[in-house]
Amino acid sequence: MIKFLLMVNKQGQIRLSKYYEHIDLAKRASLEVDVIKGCLSRKKEECSFVEYKDYKLVYRQYASLFVMVGVSENENELAVYELVHNFVEVLDKYFSRVIMFNLEKVHVILDEMILNGHIVETNKSRILAPLLVLDKMAES
Amino acid sequence: MSDVVEKTLTALPGLLLSLDSQPGAAKLCATSRLGSLVRSITELTSKNVGEEMAEPPAGPRSPKQMKEIMVRAIYCEMLGYEASFSYIHAIKLAQQGSVLEKRVGYLAVSLFLHESHDLLLLLVNTVLKDLQSTNLIEVCMALTVVSQIFPKDMIPAVLPLVEDKLTHSKEIIRRKAVLALYKFYLIAPNQVQHIHDKFRKALCDKDPGVMTASLHIYLKLIKVCLASNYKDLTDSFVTILKQVVGGKLPVDFNYHSVPAPWLQMQLLRILALLGKEDQRTSEMMYEVLDESLRRAEINHNITYAILYECLKTIYTIHPKSELLEKAAKCIGKFVLSPKINLKYLGLKALTYVVQQDPNLALQHQMTIIECLDHSDPIIKRETLELLYRITNGQNVSVIVEKMLDFLRLSKDEYTTIDLVGKVAELAEKYPFPCSVWFIQTMNAIFSIGGDVMQPDIPNNFLRLLAEGFDSDEEDRQLRLLAVDSYLSLLECDTSGLPQRFLQVISWVLGEFSFLKEGLEPADVVERLGKLLDDDAITTETRCWVLAAMSKLCGSSDALCKAEKVAHKYTSCLDTALRQQAVELELLGRDVDLRTRVLPQHGARNQLEVDSSLSFLDGFVSDALARGAAPYKPPHQRQEELSQEKILNFEPYGLSLPVSLSACSLTDRQSPTALSLSSSLSGNSADPPLKAGSNLLKLEGVKRVWGKQGYLPEKQATEEALAQEPSSIFAPSHQQACSESQQTTFSTIVEQDQEKRQLASSLFVGLGSQNAPCLVRTVAQNLSDSTSEAVPAVGNTEVVEASEVSSLSGGSGPLAQPSSQVERGLESDLPSRLPATLVGLLRSDVEELCSGESLSLSACKVFDADALVLAIFLSNISDSSIQEVSCLISSEQLKVPEMCSTFSVLSFYLNEFVLFSLFVCFSLCLNHLYSEGVAQCQGWEEHLNLGEASLYHSVSPPASCSCRPLPLTTEEYGKMWLSFSHDVKQNLMLLKHEEEDQLEAALTALKEKLCLHIVDVIGAEGIMACQLVSGRPCLLHCHTHGGMLAIWLRSPIADLPDCLLYHCQKAIQER
Repeated sequence: MIKFLLMVNKQGQIRLSKYYEHIDLAKRASLEVDVIKGCLSRKKEECSFVEYKDYKLVYRQYASLFVMVGVSENENELAVYELVHNFVEVLDKYFSRVIMFNLEKVHVILDEMILNGHIVETNKSRILAPLLVLDKMAES
Repeated sequence: MSDVVEKTLTALPGLLLSLDSQPGAAKLCATSRLGSLVRSITELTSKNVGEEMAEPPAGPRSPKQMKEIMVRAIYCEMLGYEASFSYIHAIKLAQQGSVLEKRVGYLAVSLFLHESHDLLLLLVNTVLKDLQSTNLIEVCMALTVVSQIFPKDMIPAVLPLVEDKLTHSKEIIRRKAVLALYKFYLIAPNQVQHIHDKFRKALCDKDPGVMTASLHIYLKLIKVCLASNYKDLTDSFVTILKQVVGGKLPVDFNYHSVPAPWLQMQLLRILALLGKEDQRTSEMMYEVLDESLRRAEINHNITYAILYECLKTIYTIHPKSELLEKAAKCIGKFVLSPKINLKYLGLKALTYVVQQDPNLALQHQMTIIECLDHSDPIIKRETLELLYRITNGQNVSVIVEKMLDFLRLSKDEYTTIDLVGKVAELAEKYPFPCSVWFIQTMNAIFSIGGDVMQPDIPNNFLRLLAEGFDSDEEDRQLRLLAVDSYLSLLECDTSGLPQRFLQVISWVLGEFSFLKEGLEPADVVERLGKLLDDDAITTETRCWVLAAMSKLCGSSDALCKAEKVAHKYTSCLDTALRQQAVELELLGRDVDLRTRVLPQHGARNQLEVDSSLSFLDGFVSDALARGAAPYKPPHQRQEELSQEKILNFEPYGLSLPVSLSACSLTDRQSPTALSLSSSLSGNSADPPLKAGSNLLKLEGVKRVWGKQGYLPEKQATEEALAQEPSSIFAPSHQQACSESQQTTFSTIVEQDQEKRQLASSLFVGLGSQNAPCLVRTVAQNLSDSTSEAVPAVGNTEVVEASEVSSLSGGSGPLAQPSSQVERGLESDLPSRLPATLVGLLRSDVEELCSGESLSLSACKVFDADALVLAIFLSNISDSSIQEVSCLISSEQLKVPEMCSTFSVLSFYLNEFVLFSLFVCFSLCLNHLYSEGVAQCQGWEEHLNLGEASLYHSVSPPASCSCRPLPLTTEEYGKMWLSFSHDVKQNLMLLKHEEEDQLEAALTALKEKLCLHIVDVIGAEGIMACQLVSGRPCLLHCHTHGGMLAIWLRSPIADLPDCLLYHCQKAIQER
């Protein structure tokens, strides 16, 4: 099960966070500090999975952006690792060139892909369908 | 849209990305309000963001403005500043806004609130309204938010509406409705009980998306409820998986041309649950699992992810040997991969499967040992996890040593707790290989685990000491050892020792120091007293020390000392400590009372304890009558606390991996039984076990397990690791090798030897005697050479020599009288090739070298995707050979995995037996090309025969790795243009007299280098070949005036050069 997803830049600043289990705001902060520290300190040739407390972190770097996912011990790390890539590909498809940040839109995309910590949709066109309809309505 | 908001919106992305304090960012920020907000937030240290936030537009705000503000609030919360004042506005926005704003409102709600938040109730009406809306997108949003967060009590209100949506015409609505029902099932399973048949309908939905969504429900249902209720669905799941794997889904479900990978994994997980311990159900899925394994051949992470899931399923369901064999091969793909992520996953898979089949660990033992020294701690950690699973009575000391090594370097508290728990569990599970080892290991655990470890560990240890085992003598020795080791510890500096350890020390000394003859209690009291001088010591520990002292007050001398120490604490403010001190004084004065309360150990067994505490019944009933809450046992309290499952942040709260009580005294093997079994497998005086019963031989392993169990020789564990190369590899190879080779070889041997030592000590006791081996090990018994199996090679890029290690001793009836075994018999050898190699192109069998009684021959077999080196080892003497060790290494091939490819064989022979052995290598020579031909010189076999040893090295010519590449002329043309690296050269054709020079040259090349002649057009000929690895190279030749102009092209840089060299040679030798 996926516990949380963070997007963080190289400097360690959070760009997006989504939790699939409720955590107090104060605890989130300490969690994020630990997670970010744990992932950013890894070397390139090291494994993309890190142990953190009783769950695993899966992270992937895209230029200066890191996507970090906390998963439970029994999750298939490689599947999550590729899910991150799928997610980034969807972002790439929607925001055309750069991964631009419209916080709410990224969240909408994420909500289509992951619900309650489970992967619910991976088909790119289906992920984007609701958002595209929203965009169309906003235009008209 | 208002100007300002528009600007803000457009600036937002830039802002979020450019916050990285680039100079340009400041300019951007200045233009927008959000920019300044973001700036001020980052500068803020206090949490009064609210004021900052609320400052924008005063007065009534339009939903559009609200939406903008809401995004800011989300941003604030993301940065950790609470924006609770905006929660209500989020709900309002979801209620009032038009679509886009509504979506943001819902989004904010799902991000801000948690399941039991009161404000959530206010959302119900909005959701109800939206579910009934005619606007599809609104229905969609409502369903999305319902499946994210919804108050449990209000489910009945929306349930009928959501159920209706299951029959909606749009797939997205049906899909989201299923997900919403899944959410309901998660939070209130009882409420959706009546619609289980509707889930079935969803499973059979014509849209794959809806079906996928329903799988979440089924996975959960099967996990939670009895799997037997859903066995009838197995067929459906299998059919679905078959269709998915077969590519029946629309193309847009593909991810990197793999059809719906996550769906496949989900299905595999479900199948694993269904097929577990159920042969009939398992049989239904064998075919599709086989298909999945076969399809997952594209070299992409996602196929490996599927493969991993597939492996887990295969090893979970009722076993089928054929599948297991294939799965075992796949695991090889993982662990031998140079990609670290795959290696990690491979270790994880291996950890999972070794519980079913420990032999797999044997197959990959060298890789495991390398991973143990890996620079990445997580790989190491995963390896230890694997070792932990294969621990048995014989390898426990080595594995524990490795774990402790890791612990000494580890900084992470959580890891320490987890691992210390495991070490303690292992140590207690197998405590009696040797008492010294046990005590030392426990000491290490206490000093490393310190005060963070589970309190169970010291408690269990003390109980173990106190209750003892079957034999009184052993108990006494163990206790004495503990006393000895603690006394010596107390002599050193104790300031670094953790409190828990000090407590253990003082308890043991108090209880058992009388066992040590010649030790005055007063002495012990004095030493314990010194502990109290340390200011860093906690009150709790002081209590333990005082309690220990009160047990030691037997002699007046000791009493006097103890009282002096205790007196200080009789007026102490801490009640527990004070009580302890007063008790000591009191018991010291009253000897009778003391002997009754604190009897010496011998009398302890007679001590009767009313464990039901019946004497307190009156007290309890009084308390209950006065309205006290009834007592709940700790586990019940714990359960109630953990009802609400949230991320666990308290490292202390973790549950121990395997509860220590699980290995309580009752089900522990008795020490006598254990030592018996270890003497069986380890005693050197015993005759070697016959008939391949232990796959891993114990030769070269230090005998640490004797008839009396562990043979205590100082720190035997360390010795076993750092042992000198044993005598069988003594530098006595006088034959067939130059001096320099000798030295390099012997260093290699030494390194290998170390690893080999480690391997044999780690993997000892695994193998067929432990568990029925489900997988036929790929390399088989030597005895029956005709049915020899070749390690299947596939596309693996490394020598699979690890498999060879499982070659086991056999007593094959190859009863040819040795007199016939002349050198000339080599002609007979090819017939002994395994069936799979017989029809293939091969080189002649060459005798490489021979000693007094052994002869070594080899031939190369050109398999389609590998070069197989078949090695024949024959007995040429008149007598039988008792034992032959064979070390095969290919160390000098500088390919990452190569270093793991030596293997050790040893076997026993009957009298007058001709012996032949096949060691089949496969190797992919594309590495060789990229590394240059020079490094092909690394084949070495080292035969050892008693004192004498045979030593030989074979270097397969690089040309061995060429295979014809059948192409048509058109294909050739296309490929030619796409290849970037080329080389041209003119070669002199020596035989001018030939009529058709071109054809002659081409034929020569074809024969010598295994090229494929694509076409001959006039004076030009085109040829193609590929490496074993499948990398192509194209040749273009034409003749003019006694010269052959060759033009080679390939996608690989060095390949044309390399091949040209061989062409040149081939033409010259013609």
